[in-house]
Amino acid sequence: MTRPLSAPLDVGFDYTRSLGPTLGRFLSDLRRRKVTGIRGSDGRVHVPPLEYDPVTAERLSEFVDVTATGVVRGWSWIPEPLEGQPLDRPFAWALIQLDGADTSLLHAVDAGSPDQMSTGTRVRARWRDERVGAITDIECFEISDEPADPPVEAEAVTMVTTPVNLHYTHSASPTEDPFLRGLMEGRLIAQRCPVCEKVYFPPRPACPVDGVPTTDQIELSDRGTITTYCVVNVPFLGQRIPPPYVSAYVLLDGADIPFLHLLLGVAPEDVRMGMRVEAVWKPREEWGPTMQNIDHFRPSGEPDAPFDSYSQHL
Amino acid sequence: MRDIAVVGFAQTPCVRETDGTTNGVEMLVPIFHEVLGGLGITKTDIGFWCSGSSDYLAGRAFSFVSAVDAIGAFPPIAESHVEMDAAWALYEAWVKLLCGEIDTALVYGFGKSSAGQLRRVMAMQLDPYLVTPLWPDSLGLAGIQARMGIENGLWDERSMAAVAAQSRSAALSNPLAQLSGEVDADELLTLPYVADPLRRHDCAPITDGAATIVLAAGDRARELCERPAWITGFEHRTDSPSFGTRDLTTSPSAVAAGKAAGADGVQVAELHAPFTHQEILLRQALGLGDEVTVNPSGGVLAGNPMFAAGLARIGEAARRIHDGSATKVLGHATSGPLLQQNLVCVMEGRE
Repeated sequence: MTRPLSAPLDVGFDYTRSLGPTLGRFLSDLRRRKVTGIRGSDGRVHVPPLEYDPVTAERLSEFVDVTATGVVRGWSWIPEPLEGQPLDRPFAWALIQLDGADTSLLHAVDAGSPDQMSTGTRVRARWRDERVGAITDIECFEISDEPADPPVEAEAVTMVTTPVNLHYTHSASPTEDPFLRGLMEGRLIAQRCPVCEKVYFPPRPACPVDGVPTTDQIELSDRGTITTYCVVNVPFLGQRIPPPYVSAYVLLDGADIPFLHLLLGVAPEDVRMGMRVEAVWKPREEWGPTMQNIDHFRPSGEPDAPFDSYSQHL
Repeated sequence: MRDIAVVGFAQTPCVRETDGTTNGVEMLVPIFHEVLGGLGITKTDIGFWCSGSSDYLAGRAFSFVSAVDAIGAFPPIAESHVEMDAAWALYEAWVKLLCGEIDTALVYGFGKSSAGQLRRVMAMQLDPYLVTPLWPDSLGLAGIQARMGIENGLWDERSMAAVAAQSRSAALSNPLAQLSGEVDADELLTLPYVADPLRRHDCAPITDGAATIVLAAGDRARELCERPAWITGFEHRTDSPSFGTRDLTTSPSAVAAGKAAGADGVQVAELHAPFTHQEILLRQALGLGDEVTVNPSGGVLAGNPMFAAGLARIGEAARRIHDGSATKVLGHATSGPLLQQNLVCVMEGRE
């Protein structure tokens, strides 16, 4: 058996977060090439600053200036950096205790080679030229006994935006696979549950009623019945056709669940539950493994289906 | 308090990559049939369903809702989910059983790690303000912890390699393991680093898999299972997410969870230690001496299905009660970076 169809899936989202008084102060100061810690209940200075003490849970508020130089307290070596990491050449992750702090900050050290790294090595921040108020305003740390670049003036920040980009290989299920391959040939392949005999189109990996894989494959025609519908009047980003138009649930003849598709060729005020429809396919050369091969549905001209014929499929 | 026991356990083979979807249905259907069939019951006998999984791992929204198709949720079921290892779903189900409204619960976890880049996906569990934006990978962070322990004399690369060799050797008796075999620790030390001081054998493999456990209370447990694994202690504790504040060479939350759950005197322990040095750390934190058999299944170094592996540790430990080979066992699960959160489930057999 061939493996089910799969395709790359890239998921991207910019998370925008408000910072509050503690992290807002810390990131505003990074923008100014300054590092600020906070004093904990036990007198320890935490860098990065914590909003609440990790032991007593007391609200913390006494900010303490520390320097952008410090000592490596622990490290690992990354021979092959991954996307999004501070450096695109081999580097060290390190927990760095800045001078004046009692706890450690995680960042990258641009050491060139693991031979240059050791616990106790002195490092300083390498500041980014374009600073926005983010932990990445420190480009990385570098091995040095010298002070880091001096502070400068900059506006405070109250928000931080973190882009997240993750990459997956999305696989179709063994039951979706014949459905998708069928679409490439203009065929509509459904699956029937061997227990309850319900016909699923599109198919699902298991019958949601019986919890068993739907192993029986059946081919359906491209005609069906509108079970319900709505008239879209609201414009939105990426809309294919100007509103108003009709989105309808189509129950293919022989299927037990309807699916959502576009209904054209009829004025919105003339659409009815029970209306008989047929698929209008795109030109064959545009077909792929997608339901978009059907451009839309249109009225077939047959008499309306009686309510009892679809009342169990609403 | 009601007596509650693990009465059934099933898991998929641990494999590097499956053909199925990330919603787990293809992995879950067979193990539901196995665990329910083994107990001679059906889905309608289950009072509560609870799962653990992650949408970041799956790369899709509400993957745990799609997973419910594997149950056949008709008539409607009582169901819940945690975005954590399913060991915490087991805890939720245990609390529900303690409340007395139901007598049985089925818990499951699933993860298809092969779909994405696990080392990057794991950055999504870190502090989203100051840590995730650097995209620290799970191996890089564990490497820092490993080095701190080495430099403090708590373990060394040789003892870490010995943990890996022991895991693979133990896994020879586990037909579902991903990695098994007789390997020589000294030979492992000749291999290159992946995140110095970690070598490949120090890190749990990338695994697709799923696991399920059935819990039952009182007489229902005795009906379903000849020798139930009675839960005598079930506790979880957490440390600060700010790992620059913590002493990474120990795990106060593991110590506290082990004490509260009554880990003293266990004969077998299944530990959720995705890195070799973490097994050494956890043995110490839980007070497990040389007389305790640790990870007879090979542990997660032999197969690490994300969000199911902690649950599977409890299932593997319970099996030693079910088969009569032990009378007091411990299953451990961890969550968060660098053993931040720890759960301990102690189980006993009764004559």
